[in-house]
Amino acid sequence: MTLARDQVAHVAMLARLGLSDEELERYREQLDAILAHVDRLQRVDTSGVGETAQVGGLVNAWREDVRGECLPVEAALANAPKRRRDHFEVGAIQE
Amino acid sequence: MTTTSAVSTLEQVVERYEPVIGLEVHGQLLTASKMFCGCSADYIGSPPNSNTCPVCLGLPGVLPVINRVAVEYTVRTALALNCEIPEHSKFDRKNYFYPDLPKGYQISQWDMPFSRNGHLTFLVDGEEVRCGITRVHLEEDTGTLQHAGDILQQARSSVVDLNRAGVPLMEIVGEPDLRSSEQAREYLVRLRQILVYIGVNDGNLEQGSFRCDANISLRRRGETELGVKVEVKNMNSFRAVQRALDFEIVRQGRLLDQGETIAQETRGWVEAKGATISQRSKEYAHDYRYFPEPDLPPLHLGADFVERVRAGLPELPQQLVERLQREHGLSAYDAAIITAEREDARAFEALVAAGVPAKAAANWLMGEVARLSRESRTPLHRSGLGVDGLAALITLVEQGSINGSTAKDLLDELYLPGGDPAAVVRERGLAQVSDQAELERLVDAVIAENPAAVADFRGGKEQALQRLVGGVMKATRGRADARVVTGLLRERFVP
Amino acid sequence: MSHPTVADLGASLRRGETSPAELAAASRSALESLASLNPVLRYTDELAERQAARAARTLAESPDTAGPLCGVPFAYKDVLCVEGVETTAGSRILQGYVPPYTGTALGRLLDAGAVPVAVTNCDEFAMGSSNENSAFGPVGNPWDPSRVPGGSSGGSAAVVAAGAVPFSLGTDTGGSIRQPASFCGVAGFKPTYGRVSRYGLIAFASSLDQIGPFARSVDDVAQVFTAIAGHDPRDSTSSPTAVEPVEEQLGRGVEGMRLGVPHEYLAEGLEPGVRTAVESALAELEKLGATLEEVSLPSTSAALSTYYIIAPAECSANLARMDGVRFGLHVDRPSLTDTYLATRGQGFGPEVKRRIMLGTYALSSGYYDAYYRKAQKVRTLIAEEFDRAFERVDALVCPTSPIVAFPKGARSDPLSMYLCDVLTLPVNLAGLPGISVPCGLSEGLAVGLQVIGPRFQDARVLRVAHAYEQATGWHAEQPPAPPAASAIPR
Repeated sequence: MTLARDQVAHVAMLARLGLSDEELERYREQLDAILAHVDRLQRVDTSGVGETAQVGGLVNAWREDVRGECLPVEAALANAPKRRRDHFEVGAIQE
Repeated sequence: MTTTSAVSTLEQVVERYEPVIGLEVHGQLLTASKMFCGCSADYIGSPPNSNTCPVCLGLPGVLPVINRVAVEYTVRTALALNCEIPEHSKFDRKNYFYPDLPKGYQISQWDMPFSRNGHLTFLVDGEEVRCGITRVHLEEDTGTLQHAGDILQQARSSVVDLNRAGVPLMEIVGEPDLRSSEQAREYLVRLRQILVYIGVNDGNLEQGSFRCDANISLRRRGETELGVKVEVKNMNSFRAVQRALDFEIVRQGRLLDQGETIAQETRGWVEAKGATISQRSKEYAHDYRYFPEPDLPPLHLGADFVERVRAGLPELPQQLVERLQREHGLSAYDAAIITAEREDARAFEALVAAGVPAKAAANWLMGEVARLSRESRTPLHRSGLGVDGLAALITLVEQGSINGSTAKDLLDELYLPGGDPAAVVRERGLAQVSDQAELERLVDAVIAENPAAVADFRGGKEQALQRLVGGVMKATRGRADARVVTGLLRERFVP
Repeated sequence: MSHPTVADLGASLRRGETSPAELAAASRSALESLASLNPVLRYTDELAERQAARAARTLAESPDTAGPLCGVPFAYKDVLCVEGVETTAGSRILQGYVPPYTGTALGRLLDAGAVPVAVTNCDEFAMGSSNENSAFGPVGNPWDPSRVPGGSSGGSAAVVAAGAVPFSLGTDTGGSIRQPASFCGVAGFKPTYGRVSRYGLIAFASSLDQIGPFARSVDDVAQVFTAIAGHDPRDSTSSPTAVEPVEEQLGRGVEGMRLGVPHEYLAEGLEPGVRTAVESALAELEKLGATLEEVSLPSTSAALSTYYIIAPAECSANLARMDGVRFGLHVDRPSLTDTYLATRGQGFGPEVKRRIMLGTYALSSGYYDAYYRKAQKVRTLIAEEFDRAFERVDALVCPTSPIVAFPKGARSDPLSMYLCDVLTLPVNLAGLPGISVPCGLSEGLAVGLQVIGPRFQDARVLRVAHAYEQATGWHAEQPPAPPAASAIPR
């Protein structure tokens, strides 16, 4: 299996990772090698085997519908890199 | 032979093409707290970002915890919509980037939702329509964005408020069984009514606690294959839904007539333009990469759980309609109107319990009270007079203490401020003149004073009688019972 | 003795020979002298002062309520959130981030009166096996500073190995406590998945992560474990079952116990020095009265592939919140998309980016069944194989790592780095408790013995490790004194 450059570019975009051309090629090579190893999973016979999404064996973990404490606005915004009054600010959403 | 006129009307389009419509409704649940944390689910009016905690802010290291009541409300809704409740279900992560989505994924349900395969039945023009419900599932709401200048496409910046992020949101997906905008509208009206009745949602479209998106495609009548689906968003009222769908039907019909292909896209309804506008942008296509939420164990909802929720299900609108007809002899028409809003149905039952005859209760509610409620923007249960005051007022009429017209005036006066109708009647001497002898005397007097009217009536003019009745009403300052007066006058003229 | 245990310090405090503030100051000093190893990212002076004062009050006014950790200094890994203390997960993207809340495990330690002195260096977002992936420089191994301490909790292992603190907290997703414990010659314990709350742990792989202690002795490990373990309503994956008391298990020895040796874990790939040390350890266990028998875990060879699909998949979603909007690094651009791209492109290091992309790919449309779903099925096989083995034996014993600490820069190829964890990551996939304790030296470098138990048999695992440790004394071995600040290059 060979990972194509445009596949890597697509994945990088899905993950919002800005990569230079040089990085793109470097990661392509590395991911290709890793996937080649990981592909050995295909050789394992898993017919009739269920998936384990969680090892805990727990079910129905929930809480009662009770109100708790909120953070004060200042604490909620304390780490905001860009702030306008009591809001988080972001740049142009549509190009 | 195809007409390729570019200006086909809606009627012409639907002659050739069959609209296929499926609706997706999102409803915020009336829980006390958010879906996965203890912040309040009642965020409207809160100052920006004052209703948040590390969990709903999506800070590093936090974990979600399921709100049990949100699950119950979803199962309650699913049961009211005749759905199956599978024993096993789970939450999944739906991954995408957007500033109102703090974690960069939404905890939702993908392939094992709480319910499937239900249906909703309703009437359109007297005919029953049955629409399938594909599924009802649970997820968390996002925060809200405000765009500089209010238009997303042109805004150079936007601001984020996370008060709403994490509020429990129920998604109801309908099968594409609807065939017209009227059907769509009625589906929504009925669905909203049910959600309000069972107490899970407040049905408020303007505030966005009840939202609707549509998927619509057209196909030539007689074909079974589905056409290209267009998603329509941003319809903030039932009227907008109907108008938007009609617009789409015409738009797609005209394109198909010209041999064009319909683009599979998302379009937003713009009320001011009366049109849908394509929302295609340079955003990459979403690949949500769903996978099971590792922070939340799966759910096993056994028969006991489901039966307990079913037992706690409030009476549904359809059941109430049938019961009101059965127990109180209301007509189907009156029952439907009375039950349109749950509060009206409650008011009706309270009036009847207070001794008001069913028909009178229905008439007052559907007539004068409905008018006042609309004009004053205050429903009966929030008015000063309230159900108790209204019951007292109607009883006065039924007993003959006051006449209908006096009662209407009193209702107008006391509706908002409240008051004791019987006391007011006593204080102002508004009691109806019902003494027979007195009425006879007044009738004699008016006959004596209006020879012209008498002559006209004898000559066959019915309205002349009304002039005579009016004369008695004037003499009693409106406190006579008009029907009795009319009866007495007629007796005078029996040959 | 220059490397006192928790018990030693506790006794000292109660005898009035020292105070919590003094102990904290001594630790801080000792940590500063380790600067050339770069194990510390920042000191938590204000918090230490408050906690020391609080502990002193408790010891003076109500000593009966003071637990074994009261007044004892410790360090913790830079992925654990404490209110008001900068926490960066070893990453540029969280530089300056100050959490407004304290996580449960750390909170319990604070409630127990323990005194946090420093935040330790680690691989970025806990991704790595050598602590060379930190945005703030690599960490050196106290036994040989030109070598790695292991990862991702390299800093936490190093500070305990160097004797600067009696215990520290780390986290383990694929071996990140056990492998550095092995490389640094200390005890490192990963509890059963769900035993310790993850609330407050900056998530890497949600179904694999666990918080656990490093210490110089199994006794100390047990004390810390007891303090932090137990159900937390804020973590839905934390187990509601009661924590089995550990104290009574320690000291019972291994006489009569059946210990399994997984055939696949002693196959090729072990360095000769590691093989020798581990085989001696196994012989020692037999001498102590345990019966050893070989077991087979055939899916071991598929474990690495399974892990490197599941962990990256989960982390790709867990790290999506690092978007420059509410906290952390923000690289400003006119458009939102470009801000995301620049912030995440510049803020994350190469290993993190690799794993995010690997995970995104494995979950993406068209690949989900072949990768993610397949891996979840193999995970079932791996867990079932352990279950079957535990029907025959009480615990498993084997090496922690096939190799000893390697020189910095020796494993620049990602895949060769991943291979460091072949013997530890199956344990995370099955959610089992596992510990590494020192079992010898190979050319002056520490070798670790791993003990693995069935789920929730944490006490049993500690019991086996404790018996071995007490009989052999490898835990008393100490690395050479810390090098002078200028002498060793990084």
